[in-house]
Amino acid sequence: MRRKSKSSNGTAAHGIEVESLVRQFKDVRAVDGIDLRIEPGQIYGFLGPNGAGKSTTVHMLTTLIPPTSGRASVAGFDVVREGPKVRASIGAALQEAALDPFLTGREHLRLQASLHGIKGDARKSLQEALLERVGLTNAADRKVRTYSGGMKRRLDLALALIHDPSILFLDEPTTGLDPQSRTALWEEVGRLARDEGVTVFLTTQYLEEADVLADRVGIIDHGRIVAEGTPAQLKAEIGKPTVEVVPEEHDDLGRLSELLGRFGDETAARPGAYAVQMNGHGDLPAVIRALDSENVRAAEINLHQPTLDDVFLAKTGRTLEGADD
Amino acid sequence: MVILQQVGLIARRSMVRTMRQPGVFIPPLTFPLMLMAVNSNGLRAATHLPGFPTHSFLAFFLPFSFMQGALFASGIAGTDLARDIDTGFLNRLALTPVRGSALLLGQIGGALGLGAIQACLYLGVGLAAGVHIDSGVGGAALILVLALLVAVGFGTLGLWIALRTGSGEGVQSQFPLLFFVLFISSMNLPRNLIEVRWFRDIATINPVSYLIEALRSLVIVGWDPEALLLGFGVALGLIGLSMTLAVQQLKVRMTRT
Repeated sequence: MRRKSKSSNGTAAHGIEVESLVRQFKDVRAVDGIDLRIEPGQIYGFLGPNGAGKSTTVHMLTTLIPPTSGRASVAGFDVVREGPKVRASIGAALQEAALDPFLTGREHLRLQASLHGIKGDARKSLQEALLERVGLTNAADRKVRTYSGGMKRRLDLALALIHDPSILFLDEPTTGLDPQSRTALWEEVGRLARDEGVTVFLTTQYLEEADVLADRVGIIDHGRIVAEGTPAQLKAEIGKPTVEVVPEEHDDLGRLSELLGRFGDETAARPGAYAVQMNGHGDLPAVIRALDSENVRAAEINLHQPTLDDVFLAKTGRTLEGADD
Repeated sequence: MVILQQVGLIARRSMVRTMRQPGVFIPPLTFPLMLMAVNSNGLRAATHLPGFPTHSFLAFFLPFSFMQGALFASGIAGTDLARDIDTGFLNRLALTPVRGSALLLGQIGGALGLGAIQACLYLGVGLAAGVHIDSGVGGAALILVLALLVAVGFGTLGLWIALRTGSGEGVQSQFPLLFFVLFISSMNLPRNLIEVRWFRDIATINPVSYLIEALRSLVIVGWDPEALLLGFGVALGLIGLSMTLAVQQLKVRMTRT
């Protein structure tokens, strides 16, 4: 989905472009030659397990660490040669909300705004508007150490937005949040992209997050991008649905396997069930009709559409949940 | 934004967070006073030693409180910066237009603020307990100036350790070493009265002795140009050395482009 792009600071015509980006830490090649092109106003989901290279990529794109080789431009500025201009164009909420537990929410915003050169009434009105937007007005004068995880993340987001950036980096913004806080953050990020044209680079290890939020998804594993596209494209690329049937009578499993074998290839199923990945010879109604005509009574029929985890499995040979190992 | 404004913002934040942690803020104020009270009574007999420069061990020992306070300031400044590194707050600051030098000077400003409160308190308590400052009001002012320089020097040393180790534990582990350096100085006796030769030799090469002796000279001697020159020289040297180390380490720690 393309949205209107942000134009307040003159860098909106540019998104993020990355060519052959590498970062080596002694013996570890954390990022191993990645290429990216993110259009202005897009939400890009960068998906991968812990240690895949997501945060290192974000640190390079936000100018916090220089790349070992390759090039990247953010908002039209080179991340190596034009670091200050990049930083002026971006907002970032990095992994783990980096807040001072002894300062209040309002003091954080005041410090951040002042360091960005925003002063006086402009700073005050901006502070209040952001506190209102992230729902922290009532808690603004409480020390951050009394905040919940969700409140800290919302303050983190407000701090990232204080200087009206055209590109926003969010590094695992919902890790550790309860479902309600997670949904609230998703809504705000979606609104920023949709209504204000902010380009969002979002790293996550949650498939659902990438699926719900991202216009495009890149899957990174061992420092390399192993798949890229819209969530629908990626799923369609590997994706044929799986049908799993649990027969009422256990003795029918043999007949069931023969019947379902006409529609696809056998795939993993729960005990007492039989499953096939559909190969295009018919769809779910056809399966149901065949079960009916051959008098195989089903206790349960499940149609499983491919997920990004299936994409990850297909591209890396592992599931995302077990990929940390 | 001019660098001084940035320094002011970082220093203010540093002071505010320290003041909001009584467990961090109160011990550096009270512990040196307690030690001063205990030692000035317990070691009073030392003033009967032939050649001891004063009849008041409290006056003799008062300068040591400034050194202790400076060490506490060093620990606080270092631990706070280490925590910022650990939590990613330093990265947050690095993403703003703040200059590296402002970041360091701001943190030092925080140590300076705490050092000023400590120095005024120690001096005030000393005067209230009957210590006479032989160098007069001007000398008292100079004591505060030197105490602040020492706080800046040790505070910056704490920042260097924080930048080097990146952890509060790393900073805390250096603290006993710094205290050890303090204790192997002329803190309890004038160097010419230390009879154990190796101890006297170590105290002589220990720069901390000259800081203490400069402060002490203002309290019990009056105006001693040689002691002051050595003391201020060591303080400025400490600031120069620790600042150089901290600036270099900041470049390693903050690698933004």
